[in-house]
Amino acid sequence: MVDISTRRRPLALLAIVVVAQVLLLAFQVRRGDAARDRNVPLIRYWAVETIMPIERAGSWMFSGVGGVWSGYIDLRHERKENIDLRAENGELKLRNHQLETEVEEARHMDAMLQFRHDHPEAPMIAADVVASTRAMVAAHVIGGSADPVSHTIFINRGGHDGIRREMAVITPDGIVGKIVEVFPHASQVLLISDRESGVGAMFAASHAHGIVKGTGDPDPQMDYIVNEEKVQPGDEIITSGDDRIFPKGLAVGVVADDKAATPFQIIHIRTAAHLDRLEDVLVLLTERDLNLKTVEPSPAGAEPANSRPASTGSAQHQAVPAEKILKPGAAASPKTATPKPETQKPAAQKPASSTPATAKPANSTQPTSKPTAPKTPDSKPTAQKN
Amino acid sequence: MSYAFNPGIQSQENIEVHKYYTGTVVGSAILAIVLQAFLHKYGHWTELVELPLLVTIYFGVSRRNPASGLLLGAAIGILQDALSHDNPIGFYGIAKTFVGYVASSVGARIDMEHPVSRFALIVVLFHFHQIVLAITSRALLNRSAALFDLHLLIASLVSGAFGVLLFALLDRLRRPA
Repeated sequence: MVDISTRRRPLALLAIVVVAQVLLLAFQVRRGDAARDRNVPLIRYWAVETIMPIERAGSWMFSGVGGVWSGYIDLRHERKENIDLRAENGELKLRNHQLETEVEEARHMDAMLQFRHDHPEAPMIAADVVASTRAMVAAHVIGGSADPVSHTIFINRGGHDGIRREMAVITPDGIVGKIVEVFPHASQVLLISDRESGVGAMFAASHAHGIVKGTGDPDPQMDYIVNEEKVQPGDEIITSGDDRIFPKGLAVGVVADDKAATPFQIIHIRTAAHLDRLEDVLVLLTERDLNLKTVEPSPAGAEPANSRPASTGSAQHQAVPAEKILKPGAAASPKTATPKPETQKPAAQKPASSTPATAKPANSTQPTSKPTAPKTPDSKPTAQKN
Repeated sequence: MSYAFNPGIQSQENIEVHKYYTGTVVGSAILAIVLQAFLHKYGHWTELVELPLLVTIYFGVSRRNPASGLLLGAAIGILQDALSHDNPIGFYGIAKTFVGYVASSVGARIDMEHPVSRFALIVVLFHFHQIVLAITSRALLNRSAALFDLHLLIASLVSGAFGVLLFALLDRLRRPA
């Protein structure tokens, strides 16, 4: 009799442990995403705070050993030159995207002015022009998720550096993801390839709006593009700004392949940023932050002040220009911080609520654009989970 | 008589319970999770090998104690959940609890020192782990999850091959009898 109870003891323990975890799981599901978005569970907080220093040390050691190897054994000067060129290339890519966006916006404004000129009887609301600065925080990728199918990474900047949830994370090549959890000295980034991710995007050429959704595979998918829309492999996809996380005009990727389906096309995307070999990233001040702040129009030619709100603490001294991101070991300092002035934005780039509906010209230069683009899951933090 | 035809199967009394130096089990488990998270940033190929699962199987089989096996599996799984974003705490915990229990139960009955038997056990437990994850996903989280597909088959074979090497490495951490 004693023998039987001894044999059953592990089975009873198994049942207790499993039931306890099922209850814990059910409790978390019942709390829902809204509760989860407000608080980081204590166990998750402890785990990250315990594991991340080890990861940080490992990452430091790895890059240290790699740096010694490639710095002293490889051709040192050529490597430095290569790094400088990459940094310059990265900055030029970012500037190029900004300029392309400006040109596109100028075209739209021109079309609107033409419309107003042609139809003086139509009521129009004047667009506010917001001058502001989009500060960036350089961060180093220190680890990924312990879950093999979760597409998240950890960066070495956290709440103490002014990082907050829903901030956009990019590289000069393209967008990477958004901040989903903030810890004191680290943050978790949800990559755009994760199955819970959604980014407001549009085709650079046709301006057809859609949503780039992660599938869990390396290549995300662009949804809500009707079959009538002509899509070719290689077509460039950029952010639309609809999600109010990523600024408009940043590279998302190019079409890898597409096929017709009901009701929308299935479009696979090859991401512009190399999500599987991220080393350094930039964290952007989000569109939402920019809109919350009242910005005084700065005098022409004057460098506008850093637009990060005061509540973000030490964020100001973390703001670095884009070229710093690609230089290993380049520390952000107040003296070197030269925030990039953002382009003057017409109302078209502001949230839909502030955009005058009547300002949409019937004879717009974007015949294929979808004014009723579906709402991006990312526009609401709580709307990501099914 | 049957043992003559199945040299891997031995009586429970003949199977040695291996001892390890202090901190080896905990250290290996944490290292596996750290490495899994660290290597994840170097590409999606790391999805093919799940180090925390291999460590759970190894110590479950070696210690041959179902209670400690399931508790180790639960601890590793919960820690793994804590470092992910998508999963609620307990998702991997439940699956690895079962794996730890089964691995230690199998280890208590069958000698798993031979590389072939280790490979087979890892492949089988990999799919068992995936089935538990899929059931948990569907039943408790209302998420779709594959029970079996080509990617999982490849991942299980890669994990099996890698696990045989890893197990040989972990054998060196045993305390001499």
